[in-house]
Amino acid sequence: MFWQRKELVCLQMVELITDYLEGTLSRSQRRRFEAHLAACENCTEYLRQMRATIRLTGSLRAEDMEPAMRDELTELYRRWRAEEDEGGATAEE
Amino acid sequence: MDEDEELVARLRAGDEQAFVALVSRHHAAMVRVAGSFVSSPAIAEEVVQDTWLGVLRGIDGFAGRSSFRTWLLRILVNRARSTGVREHRSIAVGDAGPVVDRSRFDASGAWMSPPQHWVEDSDDRLLAEGLADQLQVALGELPARQREVVVLRDVDGLSGREVCDVLEISEANQRVLLHRGRSHLRQALESELGSL
Repeated sequence: MFWQRKELVCLQMVELITDYLEGTLSRSQRRRFEAHLAACENCTEYLRQMRATIRLTGSLRAEDMEPAMRDELTELYRRWRAEEDEGGATAEE
Repeated sequence: MDEDEELVARLRAGDEQAFVALVSRHHAAMVRVAGSFVSSPAIAEEVVQDTWLGVLRGIDGFAGRSSFRTWLLRILVNRARSTGVREHRSIAVGDAGPVVDRSRFDASGAWMSPPQHWVEDSDDRLLAEGLADQLQVALGELPARQREVVVLRDVDGLSGREVCDVLEISEANQRVLLHRGRSHLRQALESELGSL
């Protein structure tokens, strides 16, 4: 089994990287992951790039809502209130 | 009490401004999430509007066991899913296979064609060259389940736990989808920015 092997290879590193970032590797897996990183420039770069990817994706937060949509939703609220009040009045009769 | 809780309390008391404030806080994220389930922005907007109506009707029943955001996104996801199914959009499980092409590693599993460097200037180019648009396209090309998880986690900033609650998937599943989605986006960025 490859988990029994002592050292991780790059091919395995790229598949474990999210578990590493999520903190879900076991302690021994984590040790082996970090040992490989310390010795491998390419995987260190790959990790940097995954972090940069996460950061760049986080910068995609969309533009604010268009004013037209806001008006439409305010209108939705008023219609709903009117229905509620009507329903309430009927119920009290 | 956090800001959402305060607004929910005011909404229950019939404060229209509280509703508008909740809409402002959550609408953009909802449109993004809905957009990963249905085929067009117009349908996504409809799903979101329908969700807000569901919120108004259900707010008295919201028990506060989960956060308002989680509750809201669950309503949204349920509606978006049933709409997506109605328009026969396939619910892809995601792709399989390694996240980095095998041909980039040698027989021992070490990098043969290592990652090309691009991190250094990505921030400048994000602004200057419309990298954001390209990243948006790459996000749109992910299999739907991966896109849902990446949007909720990395664009909207939900925790892994919240994403599991909203999408009703296991933590292991969430991690696999996140891993595949992020790895694809990294590759897209490398293809765009590397070797220049």
